[in-house]
Amino acid sequence: MITTKLKRAWSYLREVTGDDAYERYLAHHTQSHPDQQPLTRAQYFRLRQDEKWSKVSRCC
Amino acid sequence: MTASIMPKTILAKLVWAGIAILGASTIGGIAIHRGESINAIWFVVAAACTYLVAYRFYSAWIGAKVLVLDETRATPAERFNNGRDFIPTNKWVVFGHHFAAIAGPGPLIGPTLAMQFGYLPGTIWILVGAVLGGCVQDMVIMFCSTRRDGRSLGQMARDELGPVGGWAALIGTMMIIVILIAVLGLVIVKAMAHDPWATATVVGTIPVAMLIGLYMRGIRPGRVLEGTVIGIALLLLCVVGGHWVDQNEALRSLFDWDAKQSAWFVMIYGFAAAALPVWLLLAPRDYLSTFLKLGVVFMLAVAIVILTPEVKMPAMTEFAFTGMGPIFKGDLFPFVFITIACGAISGFHSLVASGTTPKLLSNEREIRMIGYGSMALESFVAIMAVIAATILDPGIFFAINIDLGKSAEDTVAVISSWGPQYHLTVEQMKALAVEMGLPSLFARTGGAPSLAVGMASIFSETFGGGLMKFWYHFAIMFEVLFILTTLDAGTRVGRFMLQDLGKHVWKPFGNVSSYPMTVLASLIFVAAWGYFLWQGVTDPKGGIRFLWPLFGISNQLLAGIALSVATGIIIKMGKLKYAWVTGLPLAWLAVICTTAAVTKVFSPNPEIGFWSGANFLAGKIADGSIPAEKIAETWAQVVAFRIDAALALFFAIMLWVVIFDMLRMTFRIRSGKSVLPLSESGYIKTNPQLAIGASHA
Repeated sequence: MITTKLKRAWSYLREVTGDDAYERYLAHHTQSHPDQQPLTRAQYFRLRQDEKWSKVSRCC
Repeated sequence: MTASIMPKTILAKLVWAGIAILGASTIGGIAIHRGESINAIWFVVAAACTYLVAYRFYSAWIGAKVLVLDETRATPAERFNNGRDFIPTNKWVVFGHHFAAIAGPGPLIGPTLAMQFGYLPGTIWILVGAVLGGCVQDMVIMFCSTRRDGRSLGQMARDELGPVGGWAALIGTMMIIVILIAVLGLVIVKAMAHDPWATATVVGTIPVAMLIGLYMRGIRPGRVLEGTVIGIALLLLCVVGGHWVDQNEALRSLFDWDAKQSAWFVMIYGFAAAALPVWLLLAPRDYLSTFLKLGVVFMLAVAIVILTPEVKMPAMTEFAFTGMGPIFKGDLFPFVFITIACGAISGFHSLVASGTTPKLLSNEREIRMIGYGSMALESFVAIMAVIAATILDPGIFFAINIDLGKSAEDTVAVISSWGPQYHLTVEQMKALAVEMGLPSLFARTGGAPSLAVGMASIFSETFGGGLMKFWYHFAIMFEVLFILTTLDAGTRVGRFMLQDLGKHVWKPFGNVSSYPMTVLASLIFVAAWGYFLWQGVTDPKGGIRFLWPLFGISNQLLAGIALSVATGIIIKMGKLKYAWVTGLPLAWLAVICTTAAVTKVFSPNPEIGFWSGANFLAGKIADGSIPAEKIAETWAQVVAFRIDAALALFFAIMLWVVIFDMLRMTFRIRSGKSVLPLSESGYIKTNPQLAIGASHA
């Protein structure tokens, strides 16, 4: 019971911080483009970061 | 359909009636209370009930009747899912991202400054402005963007209103970023000046960020949580290290900067963050400050509820009636509405609510919680800032926030002369400064230091006393990191916008992957905000008195543009009878923005009007009452005030151009003439299997 709740909280924390973003990308990639080579963790992280900071992502 | 508009069971009806009555009676209690002090819990309860009732009923009604949210319609995240920027995401995760993006320093600083009028006007505007204005704007713009493949506000303005609206939105956004960064930079400068502890702490956070950047790039790519935990620990170490620097005579003088030196630091930092690769400085610092931000906001809420401190500021000060406020001059109307922009309604949110967040929504019905709900929470942050500012003795609050250019004794005499509740002694201020670990607390303008004093008193009483000076510097570090996040992200985005505009004049300038152009555009953009920052720093009265209103006007102008686009879209959807939902807040913004801009430009009082302020200084130069070594600086102030005047007028004109563009379109529709078609993308039915996205939805 408590372990399920803790697990949930942990998985929420990982998702909201983007810690598990690469795993999610891999899951998506294997499902939708199984024929193509996925990006490596470092490549994926680099790309996401550049994308995020090229538009308005923080307010006053 | 989305949640039903009215509660169904009798129990639910009773509960909601109870919340509504509790909310109404606490607001009434705050409004008519005239005693020595009032408990802060009244504010917390009044605010919570207001947001709950508004969210439950008004946002549900908007969602069902005006926007007609359709949970069977596939969102852009579902249709374009690429595992990168378009990702259907759990709604609580999107809520976290959206709230972290919209919650900036604005709702902390603005309400603090507006407390010179007393707690009542600001509190009412924060509550009413949020539930009828800010939350509605964020929700409707998020809806419009979600129905348009996640397009940005600028693109929507162009598609729906036409090129005039589109250009106004683009140029307006860029000008706002310039003013925003200048005024936030000024807040940092004022918080760091002659506080070696704070300065050393802030400087220390930069290598920490770079270290974490290297860690997440090279050593453990993409391990965000690990990096953040290490980084937060190092940041806390910076606060302790700052104290150590403060104790060491040689190091202390090394970090004892005046306002001008701090301003140079802020400008160099802004340039570095925009020109260096994001992974090295900007992104890791943002991870850290976002954690700190959410953590501190949460801690503050918990501490206020546990501690239930007494609010000591009067409901209305005399400055609410005379317009001669010591923090900034100007009448209650319109300046309380301009000073508190974020926290009630912030145009900047429309930039995040379009373009970024809609690409993550897994279902349209979540627009209500994420758009309306996040803004209600941000408004609650503003209420906490109100509490943190008003629990200080009013005399202390003013002594920190005003710069009279006088000695401690004279400043205390002026403040004490306002009435018995402002009574203050030099010893009191000295004791407080020692407690906070500062050489002096007089004239630490800008809002951040007085907020930090309020937060430090709340935290040290709730979580352990005796550590006041550490809490104070922790609070300062939190505020500065928070502001640097807006500053560096804003400089970078501003640089891209400048390159995008500049390529129409000189094509190579638009090449964002060319390093020389990156450096050039970053330099130009930093120089633009640096100019206004410098103007604030060299102002003998602290600068915040004219830069903050200018920022308020610009932010409300952007809200006006967003609400014009939203109103235009609602009318084009054939819902003219509901156009008041965004039309009324728009009309109110048009009134306050125009009044404020006209007052700031044309007021004959040189303390208020930019033009008369410039003439007043020019007159003083002409009659020889300015010492020779100050003449060049004073001339620079004259020119700067004239530029401020032009800018305020430009903002007001921009707003009316967009409003007229929207009205023109409305009249064309009414008289059966052709207008640009609604640019909504076609209906595609959602596939629940695909839309799930989140594992634990």
